[in-house]
Amino acid sequence: MDKPKFVYVSYINSTPEKVFNALLDPEMTRKYWFNHHNASDWKVGSRWEHRIFDEPATVHVVGKVIESNPPNRLVVTWARPKDEGNDQKSSRVTYDVEPFGQSVKLTVTHDEFGDDTEMFESVSFGWPVVLSGLKTLLETGEILAAPSESSCGEELKAAQAK
Amino acid sequence: MADTDKVFKALADGSRRRLLDKLHADNGQTLGELCADLNMSRQAVTKHLLLLEEANLVVTVWRGREKLHYINPMPISEIFDRWVGKYERNRVRALADLKKALEEKDDG
Repeated sequence: MDKPKFVYVSYINSTPEKVFNALLDPEMTRKYWFNHHNASDWKVGSRWEHRIFDEPATVHVVGKVIESNPPNRLVVTWARPKDEGNDQKSSRVTYDVEPFGQSVKLTVTHDEFGDDTEMFESVSFGWPVVLSGLKTLLETGEILAAPSESSCGEELKAAQAK
Repeated sequence: MADTDKVFKALADGSRRRLLDKLHADNGQTLGELCADLNMSRQAVTKHLLLLEEANLVVTVWRGREKLHYINPMPISEIFDRWVGKYERNRVRALADLKKALEEKDDG
């Protein structure tokens, strides 16, 4: 078993239901996830897509739902659209949402990168920005990231150019 | 102690920053691996790791009987968000990249 590459933990003053919803709700994700949203019916085995909010044809990440247990756990695979179905180019993201006192502990684990170092580099830049934006949005209602500032696609291009 | 105080206290120590450097270079290490090339006793490393964990700068994952340590950049990302405005980020990053590139060239 490979060890995880990244483990991110954020404590958020909110409820598990609100945190879980914020991972899936398009109007929420566009505010902290570089104007993207995650589209799926979130049933185990279903496909999901990470798309630009107002350009749904532009898909930057695709995958399958492996486990869904609202509001505590969501596990999905993660790949570029061109690598869909290629296990060597597909990684895995696990979201764990647990009550912690009066707040919520959100743990995001990204693992099983295989030999995909480009994806590894690009997400290591993106996750902290996305997750601290999520925390600020839920705690204050403020939008941290400038929507046009960046996108997953640009990060991928930058990583590939290296 | 407030969470932010814990983060700054944890970072205000060269040995703890060195542990974070080691995890940043190679994430997910056991205590034994972290101790390998440090001039610190196992007890001292354990104590530093505990302070880093309390500040949420290090998180641990069990893999079988192994306890793996991961750097958690979230508290630092939250500090960055507090003082760097959303429209300044690209410029701040560009300047930091420029500095890094120029200094690397000088070294070579």
